[in-house]
Amino acid sequence: MTLDTVKHAAETPEVGQPWAELGLKQDEYERIREILDRRPTGAELAMYSVMWSEHCSYKSSKVHLKQFGDKAPASDAMLVGIGENAGVVDVGQGYAVTFKIESHNHPSYIEPYQGAATGVGGIVRDILAMGARPVAVMDPLRFGAFDHPDTKRVLPGIVSGVGGYGNCLGLPNIGGEVVFDACYQGNPLVNALCVGVMRHEDIHLAKASGPGNKVILYGARTGGDGIGGVSVLASETFSDTGPTKRPAVQVGDPFQEKLLIECTLEIFREDLVAGIQDLGGAGLSCATSELASAGSGGMRVELDTVPLRDSSLSPEEILMSESQERMCAIVEPAKVARFLEICEKWDVIATVIGEVTDGERLEIFWHGEQIVDVPPRTVAHEGPVYERPYARPSWQDALQADDANALPRPAGGDELRASVLALVSSPNQASKAWITDQYDRFVQGNTVLAQPEDSGIVRIDADTNLGVAIATDGNGRFAKLDPYAGAQLALAEAYRNVATTGAKPLAVSDCLNFGSPEDPAAMWQFAEACRGLADGCLVLGTPVTGGNVSLYNQTGDVAIHPTPVVAVLGVIDDVTRRTPIGFAEEGQLLYLLGDTKEELGGSAWSQVAHGHLGGLPPVVDLEREKLLAEILISASRDGMVDAAHDLSDGGLVQAVVESCLRGGLGARLVVPDGLDPFVFLFSESAGRVVVAVPRSEELRFNDMCGARGLPATRIGVVDGDSVEVQGQFTIPLAELREAHEGTIPSLLA
Amino acid sequence: MARVVVDVMLKPEILDPQGQAVQRALPRLGFKGIADVRQGKRFELEVEGPVDDAALARIHEMAETFLANTVIEDFTVRVDS
Amino acid sequence: MTARIGVVTFPGTLDDRDTQRAVRLAGAEPVALWHRDKDLQQVDAVVLPGGFSYGDYLRAGAISRFSPLMETIIAGAKDGLPVLGICNGFQVLTESHLLPGAMLRNNHLHFICRDQKLKVENAQTSWTADYQQGQEISIPLKNIDGRYVADEHTLDELEAEGRVVFRYADWNPNGSLRDIAGITNAAGNVVGLMPHPEHAVEPLIGTGRTDGLGFFTSILRKLVNAS
Repeated sequence: MTLDTVKHAAETPEVGQPWAELGLKQDEYERIREILDRRPTGAELAMYSVMWSEHCSYKSSKVHLKQFGDKAPASDAMLVGIGENAGVVDVGQGYAVTFKIESHNHPSYIEPYQGAATGVGGIVRDILAMGARPVAVMDPLRFGAFDHPDTKRVLPGIVSGVGGYGNCLGLPNIGGEVVFDACYQGNPLVNALCVGVMRHEDIHLAKASGPGNKVILYGARTGGDGIGGVSVLASETFSDTGPTKRPAVQVGDPFQEKLLIECTLEIFREDLVAGIQDLGGAGLSCATSELASAGSGGMRVELDTVPLRDSSLSPEEILMSESQERMCAIVEPAKVARFLEICEKWDVIATVIGEVTDGERLEIFWHGEQIVDVPPRTVAHEGPVYERPYARPSWQDALQADDANALPRPAGGDELRASVLALVSSPNQASKAWITDQYDRFVQGNTVLAQPEDSGIVRIDADTNLGVAIATDGNGRFAKLDPYAGAQLALAEAYRNVATTGAKPLAVSDCLNFGSPEDPAAMWQFAEACRGLADGCLVLGTPVTGGNVSLYNQTGDVAIHPTPVVAVLGVIDDVTRRTPIGFAEEGQLLYLLGDTKEELGGSAWSQVAHGHLGGLPPVVDLEREKLLAEILISASRDGMVDAAHDLSDGGLVQAVVESCLRGGLGARLVVPDGLDPFVFLFSESAGRVVVAVPRSEELRFNDMCGARGLPATRIGVVDGDSVEVQGQFTIPLAELREAHEGTIPSLLA
Repeated sequence: MARVVVDVMLKPEILDPQGQAVQRALPRLGFKGIADVRQGKRFELEVEGPVDDAALARIHEMAETFLANTVIEDFTVRVDS
Repeated sequence: MTARIGVVTFPGTLDDRDTQRAVRLAGAEPVALWHRDKDLQQVDAVVLPGGFSYGDYLRAGAISRFSPLMETIIAGAKDGLPVLGICNGFQVLTESHLLPGAMLRNNHLHFICRDQKLKVENAQTSWTADYQQGQEISIPLKNIDGRYVADEHTLDELEAEGRVVFRYADWNPNGSLRDIAGITNAAGNVVGLMPHPEHAVEPLIGTGRTDGLGFFTSILRKLVNAS
């Protein structure tokens, strides 16, 4: 087999190449030929094909994601914005926090455990590459129908994978979500978030500068993991005894990653690294081209020095391999020996595979012969940009006209009582403890709040009690009804969750899960959601720092609900002041903050009682969310509230039941004058929180709300061992607990 | 190179919930008539040099002190022909 | 005048820093020990912390048990050096045969993380003297291979000699025989338990309870009194 060298490619322009099988379009292939002024070699074709894929190049989403930068609110807190491995936010006292959320959807459908595990591994390496010690993870998950057999195949594997990898790394899982909806049946969503902490001076960027600096690949050996269509390039014959040329499912090794973390942090501490990148999608193709492109522009790599797990891999396969737990560092020659020494201490394989050069080309050699000679920018940052057509779907008007407010409602106390039990025991509203108890939330000894609290809070300084809070939300039902509003509601909910625990929201990371970009309706949903999120972030003053897009989440013609998952990061000066959700003291007064209107569109009640999705989602009022947040943060800091819980899916009754069960105390509620009991309990109007106020603080709290113009309605008191709505029904906590906690184990245990 | 296989199984008296979970799942998947399942580990050792008595004795010791925890596991050693 | 408590790090150890913090909070001086060294740096006691050393590959604790430092620790333990093994550390102790029995996969086959009630069965060991016999405490449990097993003879011996140190109260989270959560050797200097006392030393963090501090104050008191 002749090696397809650069020289050979220049001499054989007419050779047919499998660009279509590799996923490239004709015009893209032509463009590559134009860039190189000859046909690409097999290796170059492999690199362009993976780097220009939707997953790596964001070609369909770039034009819409641009808004996050264009409309970014001015923020003193931003240290690193969009474009790097993850965004970095200043949280005060010299600390910088980096966080990001990413998806690993399709692999998790194929191999649930490994798909989820490697999803966690990938996002953790992104955070590590920024210079931070990873300190926590979260996992927003979405599955098909609760009782569908395939859900039973997929869910346990994904949960075990998230837990198996995260627990072994020693990262506390402090929050996330589990949502069931038939629309995700063939396309479960596994979004993984990681947050890391460092000092300002520790921030590392992914660029290769300084000609003569060495390129070091360290971590696991490279094998055939995740190689897609590269086999079309290999013209060898297969032999019986060699490893089979099947694309291998990526298998995660969390132990290797733990070693990588400790090794890398030690390397950072000794200031040995000039640039660093983790190897994720598109492996070495991505790491080398991105590092070179962001740096001075030139790099030379001897590909045959890459340590292999499988010696039969061709150069193209090595370039495209997605073997996990690998990082690429740029190191000054004088520091290489010490770098390698630290790797040896941790038993991590490390190899100098090349160096930064003076020119502007990425050059890759295989046993002395050149197989790649490309301008790295064209591979990594100047990929195709599509302007996909998009159009509001013809069925949108009818969907919005199908008013949920008109659905038959429970009448009278008994029916309301039954509806409450049906709601709190429904799969989406039921306790997820059976799942979340499989995640370590204690490791690292800094977890202040974790699920089922409104946000996850991690202490970052044990002397000053400075902490960070994170929440993720993404109601796909609302987004289906109105993607623009739905994206804003997701943002508002995560923002509100952070504030409810007493933290000040600072920044956003988003994971946008949508259908096919080739479907104008799905593309419209995407465009609207980006617009809504960008506009919303501007009003709230929380810039998007980075994130991820997952497209093609559909089976045949049926796309998932547009599901923009929004993560909001906040800072809390003193974690001892944090506000939990549990009602823990009898006699405290319950106040409902915000306005309640008749808004049942997309509500949990409409799904549970009628299997219905229609109408308009709740109205968004971002100015109200800002005011609400300020009040909650002040109240938390000054001890005016003992507990607070934000209202979202399932409205007020869901929040009250959750807070009562969490604290172990009941509540006696009175329906406010002029409000219909059903609407009071089940409406999902936004901008609302229920708080428990100590009697001694009531006056002060009321004064503060009044002065700031925030509606605050007293609705009851913490008391007894039931949830009672005066004149309607009483449900003992024991009965509520059984209903709420029994559902998930009934399917899975 | 010659291959030696070491099979490690839990001692019969040790509860094996993993094996039980497999056994419970079989009928659901349409496989009948399996009375019991026990789950173990198989180590495939590629041996440099001849697999003579000395080599086998070494491997036996390896299995006894490391590959198996003899408090709870039994093992067998055989040459793969 | 305080005691120096060594905290060992194996590749994959996760709770070493939390254990060092617990030692510090109790008033003792934590000393970080690396698995490849043979020198115990004259510490007065050693803790083998929790985690997934070597990824739990082969068996939990099976590879760590052969590290150079463990050679020194095993010899020291036989000579009376106080050693505490927490979770993965307990697994290393059983693999080393410093404690009898073995740990297997939880009977329900899942990783479980919960605030676990324990009953103190033996308040005489170097690590449990600050507790009361029969006291109930609550500390976090988090593992997937926590089911303690041993043959009937060994179990009877443990019971007869009062060497069961903790028992699961309220609910057995993994199927451990005789609800055993922690045991000690005949001399009472080596203790192993599955739950994590180092995660229950600060109000507000984790469960907000400080029931775990007793381990670290016990050993400090014993060492300071002995000196």
